[in-house]
Order: sequence, then structure tokens, then C-alpha cells
Amino acid sequence: MATQIAVTGAVLAARGLDKSFGSLVVASGIDFELPQGARYALIGPNGAGKTTLINLMTGMLRPDRGQIFLGGEAVTALGPAARVKRGLVRTFQINALFPHLSALEAVALAVCERQGHGGIWWRRLPDYRAAVEEAHAILASLHLADDCYRLTHELAYGQQRLLEIALALATKPKVLLLDEPAAGVPRDESGALFGVISGLSRDITVLFIEHDMDVVFRFASRILVMVGGRILVEGSPDQISADPRVREVYLGQKRHG
Amino acid sequence: MASAAAPHAYLQQQARWHWVEIVFWLSTLLPFVLFPQYLQLASQIAITALFALSLDLILGYAGVVSLGHAAFFGLGAYTAGILSKFYWGEPLSLLVAGALVAGLVGYATSWIIAYFRHLALIMITLGLGLLLYEAANSASWLTGGADGLQGVRIRPLLDYFNFDLYGRTAYTYSLIVLFLAFLVTRRIIHSPFGLSLRGIRENPVRMPAIGAPSRAHIRKIYTIAAVMAGIAGALIAETTETVSLETLSFQRSADVLVILILGGAGRLYGGIVGAIIYMVARDQFSGVNPQFWYFWIGLLLVAVVMFLPNGILGGLARFTESWRRRSR
Ligand SMILES: Nc1ncnc2c1ncn2[C@@H]1O[C@H](COP(=O)(O)OP(=O)(O)O)[C@@H](O)[C@H]1O
Ligand SMILES: [Mg+2]
Repeated sequence: MATQIAVTGAVLAARGLDKSFGSLVVASGIDFELPQGARYALIGPNGAGKTTLINLMTGMLRPDRGQIFLGGEAVTALGPAARVKRGLVRTFQINALFPHLSALEAVALAVCERQGHGGIWWRRLPDYRAAVEEAHAILASLHLADDCYRLTHELAYGQQRLLEIALALATKPKVLLLDEPAAGVPRDESGALFGVISGLSRDITVLFIEHDMDVVFRFASRILVMVGGRILVEGSPDQISADPRVREVYLGQKRHG
Repeated sequence: MASAAAPHAYLQQQARWHWVEIVFWLSTLLPFVLFPQYLQLASQIAITALFALSLDLILGYAGVVSLGHAAFFGLGAYTAGILSKFYWGEPLSLLVAGALVAGLVGYATSWIIAYFRHLALIMITLGLGLLLYEAANSASWLTGGADGLQGVRIRPLLDYFNFDLYGRTAYTYSLIVLFLAFLVTRRIIHSPFGLSLRGIRENPVRMPAIGAPSRAHIRKIYTIAAVMAGIAGALIAETTETVSLETLSFQRSADVLVILILGGAGRLYGGIVGAIIYMVARDQFSGVNPQFWYFWIGLLLVAVVMFLPNGILGGLARFTESWRRRSR
């Protein structure tokens, strides 16, 4: 099975994922592939199961059925931390930060863990100068350098959304799954935020969830549409905007559940 | 702000010794000249401070709540006491033995601890504590049961310093051990590992999402804390030459928690400051009426948690911060 996937060249693939919460089916027969360097948008109405799909991919939830492949290897049995170590990293729709760590400490934490220093208790953090400077450089690249000594909970909300991404970048991801990175950010600021995302290295394959269709059409090379726990359709922005089924969903002419 | 400083220099600055710390440690020598008649009490305070410091590592830094931390204190105490009774009484090796036994049990139980949080964790640590207490109680052939362990014989420290009636040796010894443990603790909290612990405390859900092995970290710090509590227990056995069931009791677990919360958890000095205030106050009050003691402690605890949610040290920090701002 694994070799079959490798041939297609997908960095991340899902095969037949099912997941239910009791009688509520939140993922049903999910199949998709992300090719290397892609910029995918995952769209769909609230409650469609988008966040759940990210939880399944990253190991925060176990699928009832199906397989997940990362770089051609099945990772379905691995826990979240092990998947991160292999380069599959996510951010959160609702900030999941470290409120009483400074921004610099938070990112340095992620860098140290990636470099395997997380268990070292006999040396001081500033002795890992390269790690600290890398953390600072990541923050600088997201325009957070000036506030990097402030505690996370003191940062403006938009800065906290950027810190979400900074934490993910500190793990050196191969695949980055961004769960509504601009959630709660004013419309005029979300453009800048996606500017940062589109500026990420092409070595990183990105899938992002976003509701603002202008943003989606601007930054995604391909779009996955999810409705009621299923992938309704996948295609280029042009195909998606022309697809009658997608229009139905977004104009609310069709009930789903 | 200090944004001009290079990031690693800024972190270095944060980890540097503050003059208040140096003054504090120098002042721990004051009892030798000011209160020579209270050195036994001072020794007990140093030991309690060490015990509270060990709890701070898991509770204050990693956010792992324990209501059974006395298990390790008692294990250290009984290990030192029993070995001295039946085998040898050399204090330093007994300290190591107490640390070892407490650390082994700490490591074994850490595999359970690392899987739980919050209420479940409180219940599990409480349960393990009660379990050990009852085990010690029923193994009276070994532990002396409710009568306490009799016949603890400790040799002079380094075969030279007798454990005198006034507690000179006891306080010197306890203070040195406390200071060494403090140095280790200080290093831990300024290390990458210490940062990871704070990460677990701040957001255990995010940790795996940045690839951090939280459970391994918790097992490690829980074992370290158990070792430190075991050393504190061994110290109490050596300096008092008795071991009672009380060292394993729920009361002692609750007391150390109160001490840490009073002083301020996660602030390095919280356990030490809390131990000083708690033990001195108890010494003064319990002469009057020991039952009344917990009345005042209850009152103090409610007041502190309501008005100084980060403990006395947290309140002090806030006070000096606002004072500094005003004077600028
Ligand atoms: N842990 C859970 N237990 C039960 N139901 C859940 C859980 N997580 C999500 N759901 C439900 O699953 C559905 C899909 O949720 P989600 O994946 O968050 O949707 P989306 O991110 O697309 O808005 C929703 O109806 C939600 O209420
Ligand atoms: Mg969602």
C-alpha cells in the first residue's frame, strides 16, 4: 500500500477516513492527496468537519477507519508528537498558545524540542545561542521581533495569530495544516497574514482552512470543498467557482447534514 | 523595552542572580548569631523548604498537582531511619539511600502520573499516598507502626560533627543540602527542560503539536521531585533521630501544598518563603493552642488565595513592579 502512494508523489494523503462522534458522522470516506509544494484551501460551511479532518490527519483524533500517509509512509498509528517529528504540523483555529511565556520563549521552546534539547536540564537556555537566535529570526520574519519579550497573553490578537504560525514554523514542517489562520482577524489585516503564508518556502506544503472566498481564490492553487463530513469536490479555483454544487452549498439552496 | 538587546543576552540577563537573592541566602546565616536557641526550628524550616521546593518543581513549573507528595518524604525518612537502625548510621550515605528509594518509587509511579491531569491526578496522588501510609502502618515490625520508628542512630556528620542538642550541626547540614538542591532547581528552571515544563503547565494540548514528548518530561520531573522530597525526608530522620507515620500522612502532603500556595507556586522562592512564614507562625501559635493553629492557617489561606492569587511572592512582585513604575 505504502509504495502505491509513494508512486503518486503526494507528501500527505488520506485514504478512506471515517470518523463518527456517536451517531454524528463527521468524516466519511475522506480521500485526498497533497502534492509537494502545493497551496490547498479547504473550505466548507461551519460544522462540515474541517477541523476534525485536521485532528485526524495530525493524530489528535483516531479515525474509525482509513489510513494516513506522510511521504508515502503510513503514520496512522503514530501519535501527534511523532507526526510533528516527521514534519506534519498544524495550527489551531482557536489560539493554543502559552499565555505566560514570552513570544521568544515560546518559539525557543519549539526550536529546542525539535533539536532534541527539550530534556536537557543541566545547561541554561541562553547557552543554546543558535536555537534562541533561530527563534528570534522566525519571529522577525513574522514581524514579531519588536514584541518578542512580551508575554504571549499581552500580545495583540493579530500578533497571537502570527505566533500560532511561528510555533508551527519552529518545528521545520514539511506539511503545514493551518486551521483558519485568520479567524477573528479583521478583514483588512487578514490580507497581510496570508501574504506571510504565501511567502513561505515552497519546501513547505500548505493546506489552509479559510472562509473568505476572495482570500481563498487569491492564495490557493487548488481547493477542497467539504460538506457534511465528505469531500464534495476538488478542483482549481476556476473549476470550484464554476461548480454548481458548490454554489448550491454556499447559497444555502441545498440542505445537508 | 529591552528589544535592543540580543535575544540570548536578554535571556542570560533574566537567568542572572538578583542581589535580593544573594541577600536572602546570606540572611539564612543570621539564626546562628541572632537566634542560636532556635536552630532546631531553623533546621526543620530548611527541610520543609526543601520539601516545598520539590513540590514546586512538579506543581509550580509543570502544573502537575499532587496531594500525596508526602509519600516520597516519608519514603526517604523511613529508608534513612530503618537503615540506620539495622545497618549503618553514616548520614551522607543515608541521604543518598533515601533519595534512591524515593526516586525509584517516584519513577515507577510517574508512568501513571504522566497520563492524568486535574481531578484524576489529585485522586491518584492522594490514593498512592494513603496506600503507602497504610502499608507503613501495617508493617509495624519494620516501621514501628503508629508508635513511630524507635532506635534511629545517626553517626556524627563526616564522623566529626555531632548532632548537638542546639541544632548547630542540624541547621548547618540542612541549610547546605537545601542550598545545593536549590542550585539544581535553579538550573533546571532556566534550562530548555525547565522551559518545556512551563510549556506543559501553560498548554498541555499544544505541546504534542510542537513535537514535545510531554509525558517523558513529566516522568522525568516527577522522579527528580521525588528524589528531592526523599532527601528532605532522610534529613528529618537524621536530624530528629525519629521517624513517625506522620511523615507519610495526608496532613503533611496538604501542609506542603498550603506552604507552597502561600509563598507562591512557580516562583522558585515561594516554597522557601512559605516554609519560613508557616513554620515560624506555627511555632508561635501552637504554644497557645494547637487546634487553633489550623483556624488561622485556614483564614490565611482563604485570604491569600482571594487577594494574592500568586501567593505572597506574587503579591510582592506586583507591588515592587507598580512601585518601580511610579517612581520612574
Ligand atoms: N470532540 C467532539 N465530540 C463531539 N462532536 C464533535 C467533536 N468535535 C467536533 N464535533 C462536531 O463535529 C462537527 C464537525 O466539527 P468541526 O470539524 O469542528 O467543523 P468545522 O471545522 O468544519 O467547522 C460539528 O458538528 C461539531 O459539533
Ligand atoms: Mg473548524
